[in-house]
Amino acid sequence: MTQAAKPAARPLSPHLQVYRLPLAAWLSITHRITGIGLTIGTVLLVYWIVSAAYGPDAYGAFTHFIGSPIGYLLLLGFSVALFYHLCNGIRHLFWDVGLNFEIAATKRANMIVIAGTIFLTVVAWLLALA
Amino acid sequence: MFASHNLRSPLGRARGLGSAKEGLHHWWVQRLTALALIPLTVWFVASVVGLAGSGYEEFVLWLANPCNATIMILFLGVGLHHAQAGMQVVLEDYVSHHGWRIASIIAVKFICYGLAALGIVSTLIVTFGG
Repeated sequence: MTQAAKPAARPLSPHLQVYRLPLAAWLSITHRITGIGLTIGTVLLVYWIVSAAYGPDAYGAFTHFIGSPIGYLLLLGFSVALFYHLCNGIRHLFWDVGLNFEIAATKRANMIVIAGTIFLTVVAWLLALA
Repeated sequence: MFASHNLRSPLGRARGLGSAKEGLHHWWVQRLTALALIPLTVWFVASVVGLAGSGYEEFVLWLANPCNATIMILFLGVGLHHAQAGMQVVLEDYVSHHGWRIASIIAVKFICYGLAALGIVSTLIVTFGG
């Protein structure tokens, strides 16, 4: 080597402790968190059907549990996670076919995902409680 | 000359192994189940909203309908298949200890398929009138 190697100006990976994550990155990690939550939430879904298979008494115990404050909290969390994972999952499928990678399109999709989650959650709960 | 036009290592070329063989299968399964889960989730949410506040008799009558039973079984099977595939990726990314990583992936897969089987069998019991 006759001359010192000049460091290539490659992009650095974000240092997570000092780097302020863009909204799309927060939505990305939220996709994983809601995915984990929904996986755990399938226990509730299966409990629902299993209780019906066991008979009216078991089903009554299930509806009693799901009608309790903790049950409503679990249902609320499950519904928010489900709608978020649905909306953001559709955006991921768009990415998979190579669409919406531009920054403007990503920012627009951020807003659609957030607004869609809120809208679907509110509409579902209003219809269910009506 | 030829090396600069080929990103595969000589060993990789000799073994005939490249990317996009086994690896693509997992990616594809996750996307295929995601796509199927879009209409299944819409159906599930619409059903739960419609069933809100109903009792045992109403739920059993609903699940005894062949179409509802079929879609519920698909939702459970495809949903938990999607869940175990997603959980595997999360565990591969965040569990650094090799032994724990393998053990947790195996445990999650067993639990997911166990839940799916339990839910499907319970659906069938309700459908065929216990």
